[in-house]
Amino acid sequence: MFFQITKVDENRPLDFMSINKWTTALSVILIVASLISLSVNKLNWGLDFTGGTLVEVGFSQPANLTELRSVLEENDFGDAIVQNYGTPRDVLVRVPPRGEGDSDAVGNQLLQMLQANINDDIQIRRVEFVGPQVGEELAEAGGLALLVALICILIYVSFRFEWRLALSAVAGLGQDVILILGLFSITQMQVDLTILAALLAVIGYSLNDSIVVADRIRENFRKLRKEDPTSVINISLSQTLSRTLVTSLTTLVVLIVLMLFGGQMIFGFSVALAVGVVVGTYSSVFTRSTLVLALGISREDLMPPEVEKEGEDQENYL
Amino acid sequence: MLNRYPLWKNLLILFVVLFGTLYALPNLFGEDYAVQISGTRGGEVTVDTVAQVERSLERAGIPIRGLTFENGQMLVRVDSDEDQLNARELLVQELGSQYVVALNLAPATPAWLAAIGGEPLKLGLDLRGGVHFLMEVDMEEALSKIREQMVTTVQDRLREERLRYQRVQADGNSIVVTMRNEADFQSAIGVLRNQYQGYDFRTDSSSRTITLAMTDQFLQETRSNAIDQNITILRNRVDELGVAEPLIQRQGADRIVVELPGVQDTARAKEILGATATLEFRFVDTDNDVQDAIAGRVPFGSRLFDQRGGGQVLLENRVILTGDHIVNASVGYDESNRPQVNISLDSAGGRMMTQATRGNIGKPMATVFIEFLATGETTDEGRIAFDRVEEVVSVATIQAVLGSNFRITGVGSVQDAQNLALLLRAGALIAPIQIVEERTVGPSLGAENVEAGMKAIIGAFILVLLFMGIYYRKFGLVANLALMTNLVMIIGVMSMIPGATLTMPGIAGIVLTVGMAVDANVIIFERIREELVEGRSPQQAIARGYENAFSTIADANITTLITALILFAVGTGSIKGFAVTLAIGIVTSMFTAIAGTRAVINLTWGRNKRLKELSI
Repeated sequence: MFFQITKVDENRPLDFMSINKWTTALSVILIVASLISLSVNKLNWGLDFTGGTLVEVGFSQPANLTELRSVLEENDFGDAIVQNYGTPRDVLVRVPPRGEGDSDAVGNQLLQMLQANINDDIQIRRVEFVGPQVGEELAEAGGLALLVALICILIYVSFRFEWRLALSAVAGLGQDVILILGLFSITQMQVDLTILAALLAVIGYSLNDSIVVADRIRENFRKLRKEDPTSVINISLSQTLSRTLVTSLTTLVVLIVLMLFGGQMIFGFSVALAVGVVVGTYSSVFTRSTLVLALGISREDLMPPEVEKEGEDQENYL
Repeated sequence: MLNRYPLWKNLLILFVVLFGTLYALPNLFGEDYAVQISGTRGGEVTVDTVAQVERSLERAGIPIRGLTFENGQMLVRVDSDEDQLNARELLVQELGSQYVVALNLAPATPAWLAAIGGEPLKLGLDLRGGVHFLMEVDMEEALSKIREQMVTTVQDRLREERLRYQRVQADGNSIVVTMRNEADFQSAIGVLRNQYQGYDFRTDSSSRTITLAMTDQFLQETRSNAIDQNITILRNRVDELGVAEPLIQRQGADRIVVELPGVQDTARAKEILGATATLEFRFVDTDNDVQDAIAGRVPFGSRLFDQRGGGQVLLENRVILTGDHIVNASVGYDESNRPQVNISLDSAGGRMMTQATRGNIGKPMATVFIEFLATGETTDEGRIAFDRVEEVVSVATIQAVLGSNFRITGVGSVQDAQNLALLLRAGALIAPIQIVEERTVGPSLGAENVEAGMKAIIGAFILVLLFMGIYYRKFGLVANLALMTNLVMIIGVMSMIPGATLTMPGIAGIVLTVGMAVDANVIIFERIREELVEGRSPQQAIARGYENAFSTIADANITTLITALILFAVGTGSIKGFAVTLAIGIVTSMFTAIAGTRAVINLTWGRNKRLKELSI
């Protein structure tokens, strides 16, 4: 098949680290671009975090958005955002939080108004109202979740691996999160709770990747005594490359299917995950390895206290 | 060397897989249209009710597909949605207001499966349609209500003992009593001391004041009670809506989650659930002139109230009765066919009403309807501010000494009367609530989501199966077997766990698991290939491949599991659904991809001593 690179032997590893100047430069450029966009364009926060009201309605024929907008404007909903959602017949109307009372009534007002003024059989598909207070809390809980996840993972990997490997694994996660958020900032796609879930899933996935590589780096440092750190890392990356590619590709294929068929409600979620898989793979192969080398990893750091091969004690579980 | 699992291991794996499959089975049988009947307001579903239902459905020519009666609930399965609607309409009429008849979809799980606890997956609101509300309880108002009650109780007690007080008033969370003279002050100490539990008792002889301060414990209990009572009342109100399988749950210190699957008319649902109305009966102050009061000379002991439809009324401060004593309220018609509301009180309420009306026949009594409307602003503590809106809905002359049953006339239109009766019936909320989050998903969107999700799962599945089969050949087929088993196991485990619901992000979680579950096999198979390249024999390569891959796989999955757990802990609603499927998927995929494939590989190739090459 198309992956004949699988059988890379350690005598002819691919020289990943020879291009690490370029990848480092690429990482820096992407991260800086993301950070700039995040501070200039900010993120397009979804209803979950801003609060407000959202109504999704289905028309029997393609909706006339201009007419819809003018109807909304005439009825004091000039601040509403109107857009097609998925198909030309589905329309999303989003209203920012209102100052006056009984804001959960806005959804009903909107629906009644649309039904009264638009000459079509409008079907209510979805109504969401999030109070500003709740939105703030959700944002807070979300940020907290990301932070707690990173800390828990840092604790776990530093318990399982040497600190240089652990630190570069978590740094890679930081890069993943920043780049995904950067993309959402540049494209102004909406960030809602599902995106947060996707970010956490990406953290899990990307870490999964880097652990496989780190495991191999550790193993090879112990096994290949003659090689210098750079070639140990090159060998490890080459050996795990086919696994990295196969897993990334199957996951990516699955996510593309989800993007195409999964419907609008999880489109952003699928995009975040798909981007996460690509970025996560990139950072497992290049960013983390470069960082591990830069942190000055050596064979002595990874020698086990007792002469026991990793995995030997696990036999009983298999 | 040979690769063999001991018999018990093979049997254990087989058993686990069969167990998971068994519990995944109920999902194949679909659902029946059904109506669910339960008792409310004293009504109880008995064998007689069952017989009555059977008779009336038979008379109407609606065939009954099945009928179950347990836990005081009756479930009648019918053939079509048309039958279902007809049956409900019929039964609502026949059974009357003491029963709730709700539309439901009942799983058509065969009896033997149901008997061992087999149930189909529970779908989240985003997949089956319905409303999700998050409500916040205004604790400040609950406490102020209690303070007011306390002021009245203390006043009554002192009056009973003929002790003259200057003032009894609420101050923060305390009741401050100021007595007229020293002698009464001393007696009042004797009367009030230790009488009110939950209050700290303090006296100040120089100003002749007695302070009753609520203790922290009392405050906490009160808060907790307020939530519990509101939940009970909300449950009653949900019953009014006729919803099958509603969820009403406390969340955090002062919030309540209400989920109503299948409810379409959200406006109506909100009106009934969110109406934080209560009712008070007060005497009209006939000794003073309303016009004087409107001009600004409001007499002591009375207050001006707005009247529905305009105008103002002067009412006494003293409340005869509050809405929480109301047991039932229904709409009736008076002689001239005008709507009226018939009210029944509990015995304590009946006594209070009798006592209050005994000497006051011929005096007008007003019904005050109190609503708490959110102002949309927040208080300094970040809570939602409420406006207390009081409105006199009726003023009626007391015709006789009223007891536990009486009626209010002149309430407006039939619709007004019905709404009033409904709100009275459902009880008054002890503290106002405000909807702080609402998510409604229409049934068509729910169905579309299910369809889209299924498409994505199947599509993803087929692509991954193809890829694995081509890339790893026969070993790929083993991995595919594991992948299919994994999907069945996820569904089985999710159906088994009572709290797990499938949501749209949950479906995404399953799709993601399909992609990621092959990872374990990829790691193992790549290892085996490497071992073969290094010149090991096929049997050795298999054994070493599995051994060396294990710790890597475990590490990788544990970290993903950590993120899933964190998501579960902080996530709400559909995000929790994602976390659940992800976590279950990780565990089941570890099992199928490691133990499952090994067992199959051992059985297929492990016994062959002369195995020369592997199809990998």
